[in-house]
Amino acid sequence: MKVIIMGCGRVGAQLAAMLDAEGHKVTVLDNDTYSFRRLPSTFGGTAIFGNGIDQESLRKAGIEDADVFVAVTQGDNRNVMACQIAKHIFNVPRAMCRIYDPLREEMYGQLGLETISPTKVFARLLKEKIEG
Amino acid sequence: MYIIVVGGGRVGYYLLKGLLNEGHEVLLLEKDARICAAITEEMGSVCYRGDGCEAATLGEVGASRADMLVAVTGDDADNLVACQVANHKYHVPRTIARIRNPQNEVLFKRLGIDVTVSTTNIILEVIEREVPTHPLTRLLTIEEKKLVIVDVRIAPESSTVGKAVKELALPAESKLVLVIPLKGDAHVPTGSTVLRGGDQVIAVTTPELREALQDALMGVPKKAQKK
Repeated sequence: MKVIIMGCGRVGAQLAAMLDAEGHKVTVLDNDTYSFRRLPSTFGGTAIFGNGIDQESLRKAGIEDADVFVAVTQGDNRNVMACQIAKHIFNVPRAMCRIYDPLREEMYGQLGLETISPTKVFARLLKEKIEG
Repeated sequence: MYIIVVGGGRVGYYLLKGLLNEGHEVLLLEKDARICAAITEEMGSVCYRGDGCEAATLGEVGASRADMLVAVTGDDADNLVACQVANHKYHVPRTIARIRNPQNEVLFKRLGIDVTVSTTNIILEVIEREVPTHPLTRLLTIEEKKLVIVDVRIAPESSTVGKAVKELALPAESKLVLVIPLKGDAHVPTGSTVLRGGDQVIAVTTPELREALQDALMGVPKKAQKK
């Protein structure tokens, strides 16, 4: 599978490394090249400097034939916008994004994006642990 | 009308003032407490501190009864999300977004934002209209009908000078609606109207046929023909 990951933070870098190790074709996009330090030395994919809400950068990252687009930058709104570009402009089959705000996460889920709210997931995990 | 403005930068500030002057009920949403305090001190309680992209904030300010939301922060993604939340969650009937990257116009329209305002595009349009070297300028776009109204100046050296309108190879969807000569009154052209150098022709066409219309009206410059 060809996967584009926008945002090379801890989550983005780890996901990229895992998918790469399993043999997927991975491209990571970040607007700060310093964040590529998080990629392991064994990483065999591509790391590209660019802004994921800019269509030119996305094209450079090869979005036109990507199977999955994942947006995991710190900004909810940037993630949401990039995902919608992937889905509605480039027709990427699967567009997934992280949205911290649970209300926005729910809404964009209804609008057809594959959304994950770490806030909701983590709070639930903690609650389950506490209640044993 | 109840209008929510998102973003208290310069654009938001003057927009708020203007809308209040026109007698609308307006509320400005701004994240920065200091900006909020300054606006409240100057104009009264018309500013609410909060993130206009957050569904909860929009709920608190009664977005469900708003007639319009205008997002004018300096960030295209923020403006997009504020409009989408207003539209999908609170059914605000009209949303307007400011955009900085002109490329985003297509995306925003496709995602249901009613109106986008791009400063870059506005300045480009003004240049197109104001700079006389450009032979064809777009005056107005009628989006629903996919038509544009254009203004073409017939250069004195055009090969079409002295020809009648019926002799021109105009594209099928194009119509000439008005001829404004250098001297004399504007008139509605007929098939026998003869083009003169300096004429200003107002025409209706489709965006795709603009160049074809320009070629038909301007012909090839006489100098180029001789060569």
